[in-house]
Amino acid sequence: MDRYTFKDFKSDQEVRWCPGCGDHAVLAALQRALPEICEKTGCAKEDLVVVSGIGCSSRLPYYMNTYGFHSIHGRATAVATGIKVANPKLAVWQACGDGDALAIGGNHFIHAVRRNVDINIILFNNRIYGLTKGQYSPTSKFGAVTKTSPYGTVEHPFNPGSLVLGAKGTFFARSLDSELKLNEEIMLAAAMHKGTSVMEMLVNCVIFNDGAHALISDRATRADRTIILKHGEKMIFGKDRNKGLVLDGLKLKVVKIGEDGVTEDDILTHDAHNDNIGLHTMLADMKYPEYPVALGIIRDVEDITYDKAVHDQMEQVTEKSKIGCMDDLLGSGAVWEVK
Amino acid sequence: MQHKVIDAKDVVIRFAGDSGDGMQLTGSLFADMSAIYGNELSTFPDYPAEIRAPHGTVSGVSGFQVHFGSCHVTTPGDFCDLLVAMNPAALKSNAKWLKRTAMVLIDEDTFDAEGLKRAGFTTDDPVSELGIGDRTIIFAPITTLTEESLKDSGLDLKAVHKCKNMFTLGMASFIYSRPVEYVYGYLERKFGKKHPELVAPNKKVVTDGYNYAANIQAIPNTYTIAPANLQKGRYRNITGNQAVAWGFIAASEKSGRPLFCGSYPITPATGILEELAIHKYLGVTTMQAEDEIAGICTAIGAAYAGDLAVTTTSGPGLSLKSEALGLAVMTELPLVVVDVQRAGPSTGIPTKTEQTDLAQVLYGRNGECPVAVVAAHSPAHCFDAAFTAAKIALEHMMPVVLLSEGFLGNGSEPWRIPSMKDYPEIRPPYATAADSPFRPFERTPETMVRKWAFPGTKGLEHRVGGLEKNHAGVLSSDPLNHEIMVRERAEKVEHLADVIPALEVDGSASGRLLVVGWGGTYGHILSAIHEVRDSGKEVSHVHFDYISPLPKNTEEVLSGFDRILVCELNSGQFADYLRAKFPGHCYLQCNKVQGQPFLVQELVDAIEKALQ
Repeated sequence: MDRYTFKDFKSDQEVRWCPGCGDHAVLAALQRALPEICEKTGCAKEDLVVVSGIGCSSRLPYYMNTYGFHSIHGRATAVATGIKVANPKLAVWQACGDGDALAIGGNHFIHAVRRNVDINIILFNNRIYGLTKGQYSPTSKFGAVTKTSPYGTVEHPFNPGSLVLGAKGTFFARSLDSELKLNEEIMLAAAMHKGTSVMEMLVNCVIFNDGAHALISDRATRADRTIILKHGEKMIFGKDRNKGLVLDGLKLKVVKIGEDGVTEDDILTHDAHNDNIGLHTMLADMKYPEYPVALGIIRDVEDITYDKAVHDQMEQVTEKSKIGCMDDLLGSGAVWEVK
Repeated sequence: MQHKVIDAKDVVIRFAGDSGDGMQLTGSLFADMSAIYGNELSTFPDYPAEIRAPHGTVSGVSGFQVHFGSCHVTTPGDFCDLLVAMNPAALKSNAKWLKRTAMVLIDEDTFDAEGLKRAGFTTDDPVSELGIGDRTIIFAPITTLTEESLKDSGLDLKAVHKCKNMFTLGMASFIYSRPVEYVYGYLERKFGKKHPELVAPNKKVVTDGYNYAANIQAIPNTYTIAPANLQKGRYRNITGNQAVAWGFIAASEKSGRPLFCGSYPITPATGILEELAIHKYLGVTTMQAEDEIAGICTAIGAAYAGDLAVTTTSGPGLSLKSEALGLAVMTELPLVVVDVQRAGPSTGIPTKTEQTDLAQVLYGRNGECPVAVVAAHSPAHCFDAAFTAAKIALEHMMPVVLLSEGFLGNGSEPWRIPSMKDYPEIRPPYATAADSPFRPFERTPETMVRKWAFPGTKGLEHRVGGLEKNHAGVLSSDPLNHEIMVRERAEKVEHLADVIPALEVDGSASGRLLVVGWGGTYGHILSAIHEVRDSGKEVSHVHFDYISPLPKNTEEVLSGFDRILVCELNSGQFADYLRAKFPGHCYLQCNKVQGQPFLVQELVDAIEKALQ
């Protein structure tokens, strides 16, 4: 088994994203995470396939020295599904944007999640169409002023996490482009996860939507406006690590440790592996300023994967079949002889 | 009255009833029975799009026509010798298909005031109203007789009424001297395991129907149709959709590539996906995708991963697949797209047949985007056509469109079972370790074909995609590189002409008139040609199985004739294609766009007019 370094995954192609684009950091995290991923999953470099659709982030396969497929707008998920089902030994990664995966490719996206096909989807969410130069996307905030919404959008955005969990997704994580270390951890967990892993990367678009996530990504306030969820750990956040989440009836509530008799014991412990989707959905739905925005692995549960089920069924049927080749099939059923 | 037994050369029966009356089953059982008896035959289901249209109405009539004979049978027949009409609507909508000498078998229980009104009759005498009083009309109380037959069966009335079709099958079996034992066997296979309680009642109804027909004095003649002089061998009945599915499985076996079908249900192509889904034990993966686009895109993914990838659809689905088909052209991956054509545009008439997607298949994509196009010409030929389409796709690294038609997909005919040893090996152009570093769009000069490297192969890592690239697989928007790649992709398709068979003219190689057809009109054109020749006139026929590229000798064949009559079920799409490719000939057209196959008579008339 080869041991790799991040250089093994860099192609000789010039990376053509704008300077300062959040995509650079996500690409770097992937290339850094892959040596450990390959080691832990027993996957060789030639078993990796990176698939994408259309959009800025979808250029990613060209920058990876692996097998790659730059498909058409919205369809990466379908192409990736076909690759994985045809050869489940391959490790299939997908890069897509918010427009690519959630607008034109929304149907394929939810159905991949529903089927739980074992692919790893990195969803680059910059809340804008960058490659077409600045039109609103399905994750643009209500009222967003863009080239196609000069007076502000009058449509509600998708929250990718709610969409994934609504489709009974088995893995959902969210992070910021600049959280390199966290992103490597998320990518490793996604690779280890059997089933559709959706990693929402909140990326900045310096040209058409600068400060896309500034409200929560600003270094000075990030610790108070986000919470990094870790399985088995208390849901504590804040610069002073003194805020936490509790359940108040059927709702989540932010509390301060040490105030109103709240102790650390009262704070919820994150269980990413719990099959109950309710709390995960509430965590994924949290919006600033009422709540901190949840980062990290929100949900990571096991379930039957589509690609394995397809092949298991084929094996079972084959074992029982009396027909073993085409000539057998041709001679099966109602056949008669003309003499 | 003692009935006469007459030897007949061939007979056409049309079973018609409400779409819930089981006419498709009755017709196909009669066909299977005749096939096993040794007749040649051809079938044509003619059913409405609604699963259960309003009961008793003309729009809800479902029909199944069987043409069987001791002679060569190439079409389901224009007009019928026997019409089975299970209700007034079935009689009304099918009376126009009666021969002058036809017999009509009617379930008189359904011909009450309400039934006549629902069918839109304005008098209580439908026979006179339709002007068919000169035919032999047999009124039989089929509903009552079925109820009587099963009164001790323990079945409820609904279940009893579902057996009416078996009563008519029994009657038809008597009239045409068919052995009903085959039906017994079928009933045991169908119900034996899950509903054993239905086997005996159904058998009883068939027998009672047979005996009833033998006992009543109303049937003037019965017929025997001798077995046809078929080539020796083992036979089976096959529909076009089943044959397409089997052709792909055969190509998978001959190439060693697992078969992957990504498809979305659509009439009339769904039967292929359904058939493939059964045969998972032959290494077949079927994926019912979330939409047409996902159907082709999963197939493209599977092709990249190394499978024999196919997607099956009809016209509207092909429209949705257009962009992805362009991606397959651009990435130069093997893929077969089956279009079982139906009446369009838009949703059109989904259950009716047409040849109206030819222009879409040839031209319906953005950019310079040529694909290979193969057309099947009969239900059984669908097997060879699918095998060939897959062989071309795999060996020439390109998408191939296989054109079928509703008429072929749902139609059936006896098929002499081939042996796989008679089919050629399929050898895809695999890349090897010697090709590292892999340049995906480097070509073999004689064929313009690139090599195929699958993920999982060490040292051949490469990227493909919809953006234009150079031979090394690197993105390029260089103007000259683009033009070179456009030309090379087109040349690759043109080079296929070196490997596809030349046209064979049926008749003289030169003369006054050449009749040209393609696809599922083959049988009808053949019958028409024979009829015209029988009247002492000379005419030649050529049929195109390969549409793009056209066979190498096309110009030579066309040049031998004063006039060329192009017959097709559209407004002239293939005629226009020939005019553009081979100008200077005198092209005439015979077109029909009614969602129905040609009648042989329509073609005979067109040929005779063209000969004048």
